[in-house]
Parts: sequence; C-alpha cells; structure tokens
Amino acid sequence: MSELEPVIGLEIHVQLKTRTKMFCGCELSFGELPNTRTCPVCLGLPGALPVANAQAIHLGLTIGLALGSQIAPRSVFHRKNYFYPDLPKGYQISQYDEPLCSGGSLGEVRIHRVHLEEDAAKLIHVGESGRIHGSQESVVDFNRGGTPLAEIVTEPDLRSAEQAGEWLRLLRTTLRQLGVSDVNMEEGSLRCDANISLRPAGVQELGTKTELKNMNSFRFIERGIKAEIARQEKILTGGGHVEQETLHYDPTTRSADGAAGAITSLRSKEEAHDYRYFPEPDLLPVRIDEQMLTRARKGLGELPTDRAQRFERELGLTADSAWLLAFRGELGDYFEAALAAKTELAPPAQALANWIATELVARLPEGEDPAISRVPPAALAALVGLVSAKRISIGAGRQVLDRLVNEGGDPQLIVQAEGLEAIGDSDELAGIVAAALQANPDAAERVREGNAKAIGPIVGQVMRETKGRADGGEVTRLVHEQLGV
Amino acid sequence: MSDADLIALTAAEAAHQISIGALSPQELFSAYRARAAADELNCFTWVAPANESAPAGSESGGGRGSIGAAAEAGLELRDTPLAGVPLAVKDLFCTEGVPSQSGSRILEGYEPPYTATAVARLQSAGASLLGKTNQDEFAMGSSNENSAYGPVLNPWDRTRVPGGSSGGSAAAVAAGLAPWALGTDTGGSIRQPAALCGIVGMKPTYGAVSRYGMIAFASSLDQAGPLTRDVTDAALLLRHMVGRDPCDATSLQLPAEIELPNAELLDGIRIGVPAELTGGPGEGGGGDSEGGGIEAGVLEAFRAALTQAEGLGAQIVQDVCLPHAPHALSAYYVLAPAEASSNLARFDGVRYGLRSVDPTHPQDLLDMYERTRHDGFGAEVKRRIMLGTYALSAGYYEAYYGRAQRVRTKIAEDFARAFARVDFIVTPTAPSVAFGLGEKTGDPLQMYLNDYCTVPMSLAGIPAISIPCGLHEGLPVGLQLAGPAFSENELLDAAYVLELALAFDGSPARV
Repeated sequence: MSELEPVIGLEIHVQLKTRTKMFCGCELSFGELPNTRTCPVCLGLPGALPVANAQAIHLGLTIGLALGSQIAPRSVFHRKNYFYPDLPKGYQISQYDEPLCSGGSLGEVRIHRVHLEEDAAKLIHVGESGRIHGSQESVVDFNRGGTPLAEIVTEPDLRSAEQAGEWLRLLRTTLRQLGVSDVNMEEGSLRCDANISLRPAGVQELGTKTELKNMNSFRFIERGIKAEIARQEKILTGGGHVEQETLHYDPTTRSADGAAGAITSLRSKEEAHDYRYFPEPDLLPVRIDEQMLTRARKGLGELPTDRAQRFERELGLTADSAWLLAFRGELGDYFEAALAAKTELAPPAQALANWIATELVARLPEGEDPAISRVPPAALAALVGLVSAKRISIGAGRQVLDRLVNEGGDPQLIVQAEGLEAIGDSDELAGIVAAALQANPDAAERVREGNAKAIGPIVGQVMRETKGRADGGEVTRLVHEQLGV
Repeated sequence: MSDADLIALTAAEAAHQISIGALSPQELFSAYRARAAADELNCFTWVAPANESAPAGSESGGGRGSIGAAAEAGLELRDTPLAGVPLAVKDLFCTEGVPSQSGSRILEGYEPPYTATAVARLQSAGASLLGKTNQDEFAMGSSNENSAYGPVLNPWDRTRVPGGSSGGSAAAVAAGLAPWALGTDTGGSIRQPAALCGIVGMKPTYGAVSRYGMIAFASSLDQAGPLTRDVTDAALLLRHMVGRDPCDATSLQLPAEIELPNAELLDGIRIGVPAELTGGPGEGGGGDSEGGGIEAGVLEAFRAALTQAEGLGAQIVQDVCLPHAPHALSAYYVLAPAEASSNLARFDGVRYGLRSVDPTHPQDLLDMYERTRHDGFGAEVKRRIMLGTYALSAGYYEAYYGRAQRVRTKIAEDFARAFARVDFIVTPTAPSVAFGLGEKTGDPLQMYLNDYCTVPMSLAGIPAISIPCGLHEGLPVGLQLAGPAFSENELLDAAYVLELALAFDGSPARV
C-alpha cells in the first residue's frame, strides 16, 4: 500500500462579542450565577419568539468580508431539530442551505462557508462519568444558551495536525484583530471540530471521514488529530475500512494501546441525526444591503494577511518576518512605528524586523507588547541603524539593547558612555588579531589547513580583547588575510 | 341595570355605557364573572377569582392578570378605550401567573411568567381578563373535542360541537358568558367555531397581530383575532390588538388604523363567488373534497345572503377562479403539522409542565422524553407530530414540504389574480352546521374537511371574517368574506352592511 495522506477540514465555532444574545435581549454571560441571564426566549418558554440580533449579523458579515467570502444578499435561518436538555426549544436556530457567507480563504486554506447560529446551554453532569450517560443527575445552566455563534467551515485543505494547529492560530489572530470574538479556547469562545480522512498519496478521491469533537485547546487539537490519523492509519494498513462516525476525544484518558487521549465513538452513521431542517418561520430572511456592507467594510481595517503581503511586497521582508509581524499585530505596529521614526541612520526594514522578532521579543516577558517596554520604537530604530552602518558591532548592539530594556535611554549615548564604538581603525584591529593568532597557534594551524570551525577560539579572544566592539566579519577577514588563506 | 339588560349589551355598547357613567365596570365584570363561573358548556379552563376581579379602583394588584394594565397605571377604567369590559382569552395565550396550557395535559400546572403581546395590549386599552377558554389541544381540531379539559358544548344545541379550535371562546360569546373573546386561527380556528356558534370571528392579515406569547401551533399560519357578537365589536377589539411588535419579527404595522365600521351600502363592491369553494354535495366531480361538499341547507342560507348583498348594491361575480384552492387542505396538512412537530419539541419534561418518569429508571433521559410526551399529548397532537416529522424527514422533504410550499405560493397567486377582478371573495365558512359530539372523532379526514373553505385564506395570509347569515335546522350558518392583505377596514365595513341587512338573532343561544 502506498503512503497515506491525511485530509483535514475544520469546523470552528466562534462566540461573537455582541452585548446581547442571538435572538433575545439577554446580555451575554461571563461567569454569572447559573440561570441569571435568561428570559422566555432563551429558555424556550411556550409562546416566546426569536428576533435576530443585528450586531451579530454585522459581526458575521465582518468575518465573511475578512475571509473574502461571497456575502449572500438574502440568507435564511433554518431550524435544526433534535432533542437534548441543553436545547430548550428542541431545535437550534442555525443556517442551512442559504448561509450568510460562502467561499473565501485564509492563507492556504479555502473557506467553505460561514453561518450564524445560537449556542446551546451548558449541561453539568453530577456523578462519576462526567457525561450524561451514567450521571446521577444533570443540571442545565441557560446563561450560555442563545449566545451568538459564527460557524466557520473550511474546505478539506489541511494535511497534518501541525498544519491544522498552525492555521487555527492564524484564524484566531485574524478574528481577534477583527474584534468579533474573545477567541479563547479554554473559555469556549473558540471551539473546533475536525473532519479527518486518509487517502493514498496522489489520489484525488477522499476517504471515509470521521468527525472529531471536544478538542478544547490548541494542544489537544493537534494531539487529537494525530491520534485519529494514527487510528485510521492502523485500520487502513490492516486492510480494514474506516466507519463514518462522530468521535469524542478525551485528552484525560489513555487509549487501549496506551496512547494519550482516548477516542471514543459518539454515534455512527446509522445513528446519525436526521435534523429535519426547514426554514425558521418565526424569522424573516436576512437581507444584506449596501449600507450594512459598507459599515462592515469600514470596521475591517487592514487584515493580517493583507499586511503580511504588504510587508513582503513593499518592504521586501522575508515571508517569515512579514507573517510574524502581521499576525502579532502589536509587533507589526511597533515595527511600522520604528520604521517611521526619524533617526540619524535609517535602519533597513529587514534588519529592523529581525531585531524586533528575535532580540527584542526575547528580552521581554512572554507576549508583552513592546510598545509598553522601556524601548521606544525610535530607540530601537537608532540602535539598528548603528549596527547596520557598522558603527557598532552586533555584539555591542546586543549590549546596548540589554541596557535599553532595563533602563531605557538613548542608544547613541550608551554607545559613547560605554565606549562601544566599533574599532574603525583597521591597523589597531589587525594588531589584536595578530596577537590572538600568536596566542592560539594550534587553532591557527588548523585554520590554515582548512578547518573553518577552528577559527572560534581566535575570534573569541579578539572579541574579549575588544569587549565585543569588533565586527565579526572583519575579524574573520583579517584572520584569513594574516594566515594567507 | 338588570343582569339580563347587561348581558344584552354588545361589548361596544357596554364600553359606551361605562364611559358615560351609566354602568360601572365592576358591575359588568361581576355579572359576567358569575355567569362564567356557572358555565355548563365547559367553555372556561380558568375564571378570574371573585375577590380579585373588581377591575377598577381595586388595591389588589394584577398579579393574577385580572386587572388590566391600565388600572395598574392608575387610569380610570371608564376613561380607557375598552372601559374595563371583560375579555375571555383562549387558553393558548400566555397570561402571567394564570394557567396557560393550550388545552394540553403536557402543560399541566404551567403558569407563564409573562403575558402575550395581544393580551397585554388589550389590557393596556382597558380590557379585564375574565377567564381563559377551552380549545382543542394546541389548536389542533375543528370541534373542541381534542382538549385535555374535555369537549365544549354548543349553546345552540348541547349535543353538538361548537367547532374549533377556539370552541371555548366562540361558545362563551354565543352563550353570553363573555362579552367578547380572543381566539387564534391557523386554518379556520376562529372563523369555523364563530360560524357554528352564530357569532362573528375574524382572522386578520398574517402579521397584523403579534404572535408573541401565543403557544405556537403552526408559526407561519397562526394569527390571533376577535370572536364577538357583532362586527362593530370585532373592529373595536381588533383595533387594540394590532401593530408591529419588536418581539415578533413577523409582525407588521397595518397601513391604517382599524376603524369602527359605518358603511350603509355595498354600492360598487364586487364580490366573487369561487366555484371551487361553494360547491354542493357531490359537485365538482372529485368526491366530497371537491367543491367543498357543502351541505344543501348551508348553501341555501349562503345564497340567500348573496341575494341580500346584491340588493345592497353589490355586484356578485360568479366566475372567479381559485384553481388551486382544492389542494389547499392537502398542503395545509403537510405544512401545519411540519411546523407543529418542531414547535412542540420543547415540551420535553425538562423545564416545565408534565414530567413522567419510570420510577425504576428515573435517570433514563430518553425514557423520560417518551413517557412525558406519551402521557402529555393527546391522540390528534401525536398524529400531527408524526405527520409533520415524516414530512420533514431526509428524503421526503421535497416531496412533501417543498411541494406543499409551492402549492401555497400558487394559492396566494390565485387570490392575487382574483382580487384584480373583485374586492372580496365570499364562501360559506364551514361546509355544515354544528355536528354532533363524537360524530367525526373516528374519522380525522372528515374532521379536516371542516376547514375546506377557510384554509386557502390562511395559506395566503389574507384577512377573512365570518358572520352569521342564517339558520339551517335551527343551527347557525356562517358566511365568510375574504379580502386582500391589509383590507381589514374594507372587510369590516362590508361585513357590517351585510350584518345589518341579515339581522341575525343570536339571542336564543344566550343562556
């Protein structure tokens, strides 16, 4: 059997950051006492009727526009019928064959659709199992019930667990920047299910897929997908076939073969629900007019993907740098501020990006916005300008940055005060190199014989002597020159 | 004023007497409360308690709903438009703190925490809640025999049904147990019982009255409306119910306020008589369901009324066509049960009403669902849930629901074409006069045929009014007048002119 290729599509539920619920006036709940954010509508009391939340539709539009989706001028809410205690009406109001947004893409992954729906209530199962079967009793908290959700469905364009995790982070950053959601997986404002199948590499046709649910952190998503790929691989290489079913990933347990995170079946295709979708007669179709589109477009700002492309195209950044700065928006902002700063020596964009992404970020607490650090963008720009013009060495630059992060200040003044200017006099440096060669005859001999790595101790001594003020490239050049290689 | 004198007043007359100080709202309320409490027809599922029922100046609050919001606001009831005139309300309207079960056992003991918009608006206009009225369970039925509270008796003949599903409301008004009543109409549930009880019943344009707080049967068809002794009362009650409600996305504002009718003639009014809905027994060639299979005596009274209309200046147009109307009933019995199967899913025993559990398996969720719904729903409700569930099932949706929706569109188009030629469509309201209790309970299809003439208007969402037009074998016959959407004022005017000419006497039914 040829090698198997995983094919993965994601279904992401995003709680929208509206003030009130999807179909009633209850405010969204953030840890209030159970059942204190409820009304006849979200409790599904007899006679209550839904009214669609205009702000949720606006946020749905915002997501669709950001992902480059087609916006339906007229979309329809449907009822998805099934019985469960967390679903007080016995149906979820969702969208079916006429969703708000269709198509689009984010990065290399195509979007199938984006639609709006309401969240279910929260079930708390009392008893050992923690699930409804076998629990002693279950209680329902309707605070969450009716929270607006956008469901984003991708095409099956992902090929590995890692890629899925990475793409989901990209989506999270995009949604966060759009301000449509808190996108917090631990708190449930971002939830992800994965459709997974395997097929022989090179084959177009898709294999039988399973739907994996309950992966409530980025770590578990990657682990869960990996575990399911391994499970399917084992079945297929053993000559079996994969059942179409819905699976539950439980990261807290181990599977039979000892792998972390057991995968158990929730229901098979035969048990699959017939949701009996039909148009929700209590709601009118959603009509999107030009005014609504204009308002949503205005709120978009520059999207991370667009910004990354601009960094690449206009500033010549490498793709890695461009995407990092674009998707950590605060780094991108800092970068652009530094680039705009008036300094004696203008730093090249790529060098500035490198200093931000590696040197500066490493010196700040995890995740901190450099804008609130002691290093103003202009100071970093000045520092990188000095380094790039070889006024100071990279090592000296690092020393200056250490000082800046701890105490702040003017890079030029620090350089002067500490005597960190690069040794501009080639004769002086040549003398120090000659002394270092004499002090390390073995190393010098090996370099002469062609062992490039042996240069380390020699350069090290030069750097010690010059307190890092020497330019590493110049030192190497002088070593080679003096040894005649 | 003597009780008999009080009861002889229409609601509008009573409101007028109160407004001029000739009658106290308390006196009127007490008289009707006493009559409702002594009800022998099983019209009421709940009657306002005597000690809390004094509508005005009373210190006791409106917690049980009997005091109108106007009274709470400190307004003198006599200065409100409805002047404290008592109102009977169909059980399925949610009334805060007052039992609201939609005639079903599954809502046993349920007292809603809020009041339906239509009721709240009437209370704000000064109506006092007299009681809740019996109905077919979840408004599914045409005889009021499908009620957890038992059947309602027709005041004209207590061996007969009052029609349904608003049977309690219709019988209460006919019997003089309530001055007027609120009902709902999904496929004829106001008009047909109004016809069988000899009173006026009107289904407004879909959306004219908010559905918020009406326990739903079929959301795209349900519409609240008045059941009254005469057309003026219907206009007065409707006037204070209608209007856009932010809680109901399908509600709308009528282009004009509802006016009290005052026309005198039908000069120049063109009234169309569609052959499809006015055929006698065996007419139309396709058995009972073609042409309506309308009872000869009913047709006779109907045709006599048309002659009267002509005498008042109306032009009767005989060749108006509603070619798809004969399919209305079939489409209706797909669409309404489909919506009902979903609307009734919330009755699962989890949050309110009945919960049945097997004492040996109290934790079995599926078992609890099944027992609760088995014990709580009556046979007709179960039948329609099964029909609707089937019609929406994967693989059948297009063949049933999709097709029925297309028929519905065709029917609406039929009416639109007809109204290009005529102002109103007229038909008998029901194919027969009130039938005997138990006579049709064994044959659901025969029962469904009661709505043959009323369902097309429901599917088209257009307004229609039923007025009594005569007697057949001592039992009332109803005439249905339907107009285009938003033609309520014109319909009420025309019905009012006809009513005056027909001079139907409803007093024999008042007990």
